[in-house]
Amino acid sequence: MLERDVFMKFESENVTAYNFAYLDEQTKRMIRRAILKALAIPGYQVPFASREMPMPYGWGTGGVQVSAACLMPEDTLKVIDQGADDTTNAVSIRKFFEKTAGVATTEETARASVIQTRHRIPETPLTDEQILVYQVPIPEPLRFLEPSEVETRKMHALEEYGLMHVKLYEDISRHGAIATAYAYPVKVAGRYVMDPSPIPKFDNPKLGDCPAIQIFGAGREQRIYALPPWTQVVSLDFEDHPFEASKAEADCALCGAGDSYLDEVIVDDEGGRMFVCSDTDYCRARRAAGHVGAQGAPEGVA
Amino acid sequence: MNALLQVRKVTKSYGDRVGCADVSFDLWPGEVMGVVGESGSGKSTLLACLSGQMAPDRGAVIYDTRDRGPMDVLAMSEPERRMLMRTDWALVHQTPRDGLRMGVSAGGNVGERLMAVGARHYGDIRARAVDWLGRVEIAADRVDDPPSAFSGGMQQRLQIARNLVTGPRLVFMDEPTGGLDVSVQARLLDLLRGLVREMGLSAVIVTHDLAVVRLLADRLMVMKDGRVVEAGLTDQVLDDPQHGYTQLLVSSVLQV
Repeated sequence: MLERDVFMKFESENVTAYNFAYLDEQTKRMIRRAILKALAIPGYQVPFASREMPMPYGWGTGGVQVSAACLMPEDTLKVIDQGADDTTNAVSIRKFFEKTAGVATTEETARASVIQTRHRIPETPLTDEQILVYQVPIPEPLRFLEPSEVETRKMHALEEYGLMHVKLYEDISRHGAIATAYAYPVKVAGRYVMDPSPIPKFDNPKLGDCPAIQIFGAGREQRIYALPPWTQVVSLDFEDHPFEASKAEADCALCGAGDSYLDEVIVDDEGGRMFVCSDTDYCRARRAAGHVGAQGAPEGVA
Repeated sequence: MNALLQVRKVTKSYGDRVGCADVSFDLWPGEVMGVVGESGSGKSTLLACLSGQMAPDRGAVIYDTRDRGPMDVLAMSEPERRMLMRTDWALVHQTPRDGLRMGVSAGGNVGERLMAVGARHYGDIRARAVDWLGRVEIAADRVDDPPSAFSGGMQQRLQIARNLVTGPRLVFMDEPTGGLDVSVQARLLDLLRGLVREMGLSAVIVTHDLAVVRLLADRLMVMKDGRVVEAGLTDQVLDDPQHGYTQLLVSSVLQV
């Protein structure tokens, strides 16, 4: 048996007593079944028997279980947290899989075969050799509109999505524009309305017609949903208030990029601030290629 | 012409207790039917059975749909019934809180039914919401206020606007004036009477208030212990009650 061989090889090379990628094989099979079902019905939330993971809920337990079920020994893993490779969540999960799966890791988007992400889609376009795994806190887009889970499931089943537009209506009546800036609801393949996890709405256009497989895992809520490659994804809007993928009106202060999503960084107590790429890998690669922003120093200069 | 709603021997019991038993009537287009009786007489059970919120044990509720003619509501599939609830039917609850989304602005509340049937133009939705707020005498500058900032009478009028915006043909009302003081009640009744006449609505109004049915209803059913004890034209029943219980009801009204 192939899987068994993989396991034995891993066992002999690692002193740890973990099964490959932490979860036992039966659990991974269960998660893979859920993933296959999710891919077969784009945007539909598939229940799965989420396991207790060695991290608190809210830290990506859903994403980690999906990653564990997707990883193969020859995979290269990248983990990003709000676009960055070097923040606590990203570092911890990367280390977790280095230890329990022994897979190669990278910070370069183009080199990774599995990318686990929290709240961003990388700026570098994805390819058909990659799987993007999202960490999802609340999979139900109707959650704060309709308190009953029985009712929301019925609404999904009967395609009753008028309420989603009530939320957008409220946005416009209060703020003059659709103020929802993240977790912006989308309609998948003309059928299910889906919460794309709290990615900025700037990333919404990247969800659709993407060559990579995108899988969403919500650990506490025990739901997996997915976008197969090249799926049609439409952000909900009004005819007279069309969807707009917004970002800060600035260029990256370090690499000068005008097309990437920016983080605002407060630099002093006098209201000074700078905007930098939220995708650290993208910013680093641009600086390495010689791009310099208003406040950036060229690569290699202190 | 078909009757808009044909109710045949609708029966619902809660274990040994009878909710309503063998209720039959026809409701014709443009007609308002009042259902009166004391608390516990089965009025609300009947209304829940008619409006598809509760499945009766026996009986049939046949509604004359716009496109497919008379259909048994109870035998419809759930999506069909819910579609009917959003478009052709309206349900006005006794407590506005049950019928409104308290966290959503007045405009959003009125617009919800429009958006549920596919309206996707913000300007149009808002214009129709403002128009309907005007029709129920709520000032246009309150369109962005949440219902929690409204008085009880305004909430009830908002609930009516929210229900009538899609131009339904049949309205179910459960004690529409319950919990309102008499002057507000009078204005609400006036408003309802105007809307019913103007839109040619058919309605089933459940109430224990005889003044409400006197003003609104063309015909009247008197219920006691789950059964209809007397039915007829409103004025006829109220002015010349035949059944002992109806006589008691009519004579119980305080004269000021």
